Amino acid sequence: MRISYYPGCTLKTKSKNLEDSALASMAALGVELVELQRWNCCGTVYSLADDDLVHHLAPLRNLIRAKEEGNSKVVTLCAFCYNTLQRANLLVRNDPEKRKTINSFMDEEEDYEGEVEVVHLLQVLRDDVGWEKLYEQIKLPLKGLKLAPYYGCTLLRPEEAAIDHVEQPTILLELLQTLGAEVVDFPAAAKCCGSYQIVSNPEFVVDCASNILSSALRCGAEVLVTSCPLCDFNLSQMQGELAHRDSEFREMPILYFTQLLALSLGLGPEACRFDLNYIDPRPLLKSKGLLNEKHVTAAKG
Amino acid sequence: MITISSKKRRSEFAEKLKEIGGESMSLCYQCGQCSATCPMSFAMDIPPRQIIHLVQLGLEQEIATSKTMWVCASCFECSARCPRGVDIAKIMEVLRLMTLRKSIDHVKLSDIPQDRLAELPQIALVSCLRKLTA
Repeated sequence: MRISYYPGCTLKTKSKNLEDSALASMAALGVELVELQRWNCCGTVYSLADDDLVHHLAPLRNLIRAKEEGNSKVVTLCAFCYNTLQRANLLVRNDPEKRKTINSFMDEEEDYEGEVEVVHLLQVLRDDVGWEKLYEQIKLPLKGLKLAPYYGCTLLRPEEAAIDHVEQPTILLELLQTLGAEVVDFPAAAKCCGSYQIVSNPEFVVDCASNILSSALRCGAEVLVTSCPLCDFNLSQMQGELAHRDSEFREMPILYFTQLLALSLGLGPEACRFDLNYIDPRPLLKSKGLLNEKHVTAAKG
Repeated sequence: MITISSKKRRSEFAEKLKEIGGESMSLCYQCGQCSATCPMSFAMDIPPRQIIHLVQLGLEQEIATSKTMWVCASCFECSARCPRGVDIAKIMEVLRLMTLRKSIDHVKLSDIPQDRLAELPQIALVSCLRKLTA
């Protein structure tokens, strides 16, 4: 199976661990993610004002590239990119008047009507690969590892762009259970991490991170699992401040779901890329007997 | 004391706000679900419910001096949970735009230290600039 793939800006720099682990895992599952030959930043956030159409051009141009390359579907790994591309796509699909205005902005491109389908990798795993097929491929079940599935905002809201039930999502839980882990449901799974406020108001993001992490900790989680590079950064980076505030605070690694997928598929360190995580998960994984020889050798080297 | 008059409710401010995305504000019956669910309300000077009321009343000055829309993280919890279908997150954006469209930035990159800029992921910087600068 081949699916067109839109990476977005952060996956090529600060979140190589998300991209590397996803591409390697999907290849191991027989799914080739083919990067678009030409793409640009989606703008990361969807513009909400009714008269602000120009900001929809960036996400839509990516979908037009996907269409030009003959694809009917494009997959994203970053939760923010997913949301922005999906909502822009739904806008041109459902609003003929705005679609006309947007298309008239673009001179070089053919008119676009939302023909390409935007999906997140979690949906590909659930709907195209399937949990049963995935289960058959698991080489190293993540037995004894307590994982908190953290959705954040952009995979679930607004409802029109949600990859699962808005209030009771199970997609990440189902994936992690398929990988053999013990899944810890916690009440802050869809609470916002503070998002872009990390730039101008980091002191507020500390409180957001504290609520989410302490909720997961109290429910017994050892690792928080995400698909969003901004959640990863905020929830990891704020832990230093939380430890400073409270001497009893216990550090919790934040992992991309794709890294756990790679690990359970028996892939090595070049696929899992635990070396790039802000909080090193390897001591915990080693204590659970989940690092295979390849990881141990690489760590020694 | 705030004087409420029909003149205010039909102000240019309220009309402009409705025109660019605030039309759902009239549906609000002040239940406070948005304030309760907002992950940033602890840091706001005026909670979302009260902002919507000020918007309904067209009280431009009171809104303009508030920090609330600049603390909003656009997480959409308010809009998702509103029992009346008010798109509060969208109204917050419209309120930001009322200032940003006068070419007034809320955040200046030059105020952020170089080492901090190098550390922040692109996704943080781009989304901050898109939401909080003109």
